[in-house]
Amino acid sequence: MDGQKRLPPDFRAGIRAAGPILVGIVPFALVAGITATNAGMTILEAVGMSVVVFAGASQLAAIDLIGSNAPFAVVVATAVVINLRMLMYSASIAPFFQSLSTRVRTLLAYLLTDQAYALSIAEYTRNADRNRLWYYVGIAISLWLVWQVGTLIGAVVGAGVPASLGLDFALPLVFLALLVPAMKDRGTTTAGLVAGGVALVVTAVGVPLGLDLPVAAVSGLVAGLAVDGWREQ
Amino acid sequence: MTTWSPASIWAAIVLIGVCTFTIRLSFIYLFGRLDGVPPRVEQVLRYVPAAVLAALVVPAVVTVESTLTATLLDERLLAGAVATGVAWRTEDVLATIVLGMGTLWLFRFVVFA
Repeated sequence: MDGQKRLPPDFRAGIRAAGPILVGIVPFALVAGITATNAGMTILEAVGMSVVVFAGASQLAAIDLIGSNAPFAVVVATAVVINLRMLMYSASIAPFFQSLSTRVRTLLAYLLTDQAYALSIAEYTRNADRNRLWYYVGIAISLWLVWQVGTLIGAVVGAGVPASLGLDFALPLVFLALLVPAMKDRGTTTAGLVAGGVALVVTAVGVPLGLDLPVAAVSGLVAGLAVDGWREQ
Repeated sequence: MTTWSPASIWAAIVLIGVCTFTIRLSFIYLFGRLDGVPPRVEQVLRYVPAAVLAALVVPAVVTVESTLTATLLDERLLAGAVATGVAWRTEDVLATIVLGMGTLWLFRFVVFA
């Protein structure tokens, strides 16, 4: 019996396509686990968040804000706003999933991430013979597994590491690694610079109701729009 | 360290999870019954990652002290500066974490010790 050969070939192709990205996910997942326990969450809460939310940047933002005792509404709103970009992925990939049952589409939606979307849509448009379901599932399941196991290992490690090492600093470092490529043109660069500057000012002067982050982020959005103007529709 | 109760933490996890799942499912579920994302919404969404990430990063890296020297000679700021350079050159999360933490530890345990 050769178990590997019995897996659909498109499923295996999806796993292979995800390979290089999985390597990049590992440190990200470890940081999610380590910083969650450093912020005072339990291992179960850290892994529970990875299973229930399964969206890296929003999880890290939520962990960061929970650790600094931000208001409940600010934590939830920030995480959800970060994930709003997935509306575009959902709209873009929907035609390819049209023929599948509602139950299968529900599962595929839960597994939708930046990486699964980007890899799948690229393959769908270049190779019409590909089995869309199996290819996507191959990518998405491997990302899911690495994310869960990485969070668990990070949470276990994080719970045993002394606070003097300052491992909580890994969180802003991950944000930096995501921020630099996100500032890719004039509008997004302005949004980042203004949001960062305003964040510094509001942290120094203090904003009531823990609204530091929303005030800074919205200032950045407005500044980006002001620089670019509304595009021609 | 958080002072949140376990119930609050789980409530946040579930609420974020349900909203995120709804966002993911939206067009996949309602295909054909919804138009695409309106162009203006799409344009605003372009600025979200840069704005939110910068608003999280800057206060975590920069601490304003009473003097300029004290502000600049801060382990987090120096480590953040190195990490920004690494992120710029490599766009690699692992390299950014490793060199950023290494710089933090260099200043914390050697230079400023």
